[in-house]
Amino acid sequence: MRKEIGVFVLLVVLCGVVGFLNPQFLSAANIQNMSRLVGTYGIFSIGVGIVIITGGIDLSVGSMFALFGILLSMMLTDWHWPPSLAAVAILAMGVLLGLSHGMLITRLRLQSFIVTLCGLLLYRGLARYIAADNTKGFGNSAGFEWLRDAATGSLLGVPMPFVLLIVIGFSMWIVLHHSVFGRYLYAVGKNEEAAVYSGVNSKNVITGAYVLSGGLAGIAAILIAFYTNSISPSSHGNFYELYAIAAAVVGGCSLRGGEGSIIGIVLGTILLQVLRNLVNLLDIPGSLDFAVMGAVILIGVAADEIFKRRYSRT
Amino acid sequence: MRQISKRFPGVTALDSVNLEVFPSEVVALIGENGAGKSTLMKILGGVCRPDSGEIVIDAKAVAIHSVRDATRYGIGFIHQELHLLDNLDIAANIFLGREPTRGGPLRLIHRKAMEMETTHHLRRFGLEISPRTLVQRLSLAQQQLVEIAKAASWNARILIMDEPTSCLTPHETGVLFEVIADLRSSGVSIIYISHRLSEIVKIADRVIALRDGKNAGTLDRNSITHDNMVRLMIGRDLADHQSKAETPDGRVCMEVRNLSTRRFPTAQVSLTLRRGEVFGIAGLIGSGRTELAQTLFGIDPMVAGQILMDGVPVSIQSPRDAIAAGMFLAPEDRRIAGLISGMTIRENVTLPNLKAFSSLGIVRRDWEAATAVKMRDQLGIKAASMETLVSNLSGGNQQKVVLAKWLAMNPRIIIFDEPTRGIDVAAKSEVYRLIRELADRGVAIIMISSEMEEILGNSDRVAVMHDGRITGILDRAQCSEEALMRLAVA
Repeated sequence: MRKEIGVFVLLVVLCGVVGFLNPQFLSAANIQNMSRLVGTYGIFSIGVGIVIITGGIDLSVGSMFALFGILLSMMLTDWHWPPSLAAVAILAMGVLLGLSHGMLITRLRLQSFIVTLCGLLLYRGLARYIAADNTKGFGNSAGFEWLRDAATGSLLGVPMPFVLLIVIGFSMWIVLHHSVFGRYLYAVGKNEEAAVYSGVNSKNVITGAYVLSGGLAGIAAILIAFYTNSISPSSHGNFYELYAIAAAVVGGCSLRGGEGSIIGIVLGTILLQVLRNLVNLLDIPGSLDFAVMGAVILIGVAADEIFKRRYSRT
Repeated sequence: MRQISKRFPGVTALDSVNLEVFPSEVVALIGENGAGKSTLMKILGGVCRPDSGEIVIDAKAVAIHSVRDATRYGIGFIHQELHLLDNLDIAANIFLGREPTRGGPLRLIHRKAMEMETTHHLRRFGLEISPRTLVQRLSLAQQQLVEIAKAASWNARILIMDEPTSCLTPHETGVLFEVIADLRSSGVSIIYISHRLSEIVKIADRVIALRDGKNAGTLDRNSITHDNMVRLMIGRDLADHQSKAETPDGRVCMEVRNLSTRRFPTAQVSLTLRRGEVFGIAGLIGSGRTELAQTLFGIDPMVAGQILMDGVPVSIQSPRDAIAAGMFLAPEDRRIAGLISGMTIRENVTLPNLKAFSSLGIVRRDWEAATAVKMRDQLGIKAASMETLVSNLSGGNQQKVVLAKWLAMNPRIIIFDEPTRGIDVAAKSEVYRLIRELADRGVAIIMISSEMEEILGNSDRVAVMHDGRITGILDRAQCSEEALMRLAVA
């Protein structure tokens, strides 16, 4: 819990400072917009975080968003699929891609970095090919209003993505911290060999993590597509996998596996969004937004390490 | 070393400990696990710093802040865990960090000089292998010898050896003792840490014992006996720590027919195991004992053969199958394969049977805790709480946690691979007692061990292996050290 508390404190301080410098930070509109982004990013960051807990990595989600976004717009506007069918199809594709990553990693014993890096390249290329490099969108087509509302609307003033994050976050919290499967995820991430000696089917457990990541990426893909409303196949979702990894690591996941929590990942996501927001609100040139994020994460992680050493020495 | 003290959060590891070493002397440092031997040696080797006290070399107080400092003062440390890079060859390992160079400022590695000197050092230790051999191709014992050759090649004046023989065969141990004698006569002092008291009787000039982080006494050459050492280490006399067999009830619970392992595909193993017996498996390192255990447990695939449990053929493709059949393995490498050291005692104990501790897929921590506490009381696990990380336990207590995992699920067969490796004397006898108790409850035990005393003192029958084959099965009356040795080298 120590790490999560650290991130939380950092977050509160940062919000205080930004709110003091620019009161607009705390305006209803700004908070609403941020919570929309936090919801969307949080959902797929949880998936990537779970993969990281098993000691793996998932680099493919950003390109999945492009591929799924293109396909979703074609399903709804060109092929006039019923929106429920389209949503289920996207979700199923996410699960299937995750499953194939998991199988390649556990059965062929390929490294997760390589498998998902190839996914990153492959899905991006497919998205561009399918769309013939044209930007796709939902335009003024009708017939899928409820899906659009479910992705971009609000429930009692709370943006839907955030509502979804709460529901998914809570379910994943149960899965990760209270279920048998969750315990196996940590066991495999900490020491796969010992887990196998205890009869854990580590291949299925690891595959399960990639399936979760793929499925959550499918949900997030729908939210992102409707949020941007126009999907340029070469840039849609670029770098999103890195936001997810950054959120997980800032929130306490170790790339060595076996460590991390849902609360931490969500806090990490919030921190990242506050940083991006701060660049806007404090009149920092927008071109610096990656640099600010990189610097703050680096300082945070270094401070944590220094603090840890101090603590263990006394 | 004078008045060395070291505190860690919550414990005092060393309390004003003194240790002196004369030139050309073999000093054995003994003590139970947790007595402070390793910490003391880590301080001398520059791995960690003392809170107080001083180190004096040749009448001069010196400050040792790093391994580099220690090396400069001629202190070499051979760790119990091997610290070799297995992707590099022997020569590269021996010269790591001080490679001979040529080409002036270019600092190119002078491979020829490096390899020549490496060959020289290897010969000295009786290793006739090329210095270009990758370390990963060496057996564990050869790696240990390379590690020793590495330290010796620094021309160290004081060599610390922490359990150097824990994975050596008797022959290799003999070679090591010759090397130690050789080093001693050339003026080198050796600090020798071992749990094998019989070795210490053979080679030590002096014994220094630690107990609970304090000096517990010293023995001179002529008073070094097994009993004296045990008394110093545990502060009392030890009852006969070997368990005697009662007659097993004789029902066959497992039969292995013509089993071949992946490592020895042409060798076949057949054996029968009866309820309530302790079936020892002796043999030299590399004789196929661990491979047999791992194949039975489903880690390695079976190349050929059949396993019958209670007369019914069973198919064991994975540890899951073995566990489902009631056969469990307490592996050789506790920290790597036996336990997840970054997890708590509670989580480790319930891992193999987690579904039984859950309802509707949700783990019930209260059920887990209750079982963990039950196991703690039954096995005498010493820990602050069940939420203690396994990595913070001593070797003996870790082994008990391994045992607790299996005990919690009604074992029929338990395979122990080197059950007391790295465990101190007092905890050893407790492990033997627990093994015998299990057998008395009708569990069949397979016990693989490289320690003759352990095999002889605890087994009802002993199979000896050589090159993947069983060269003989002896019952209690036929067992003797010579008989086992003869079969082991067959």
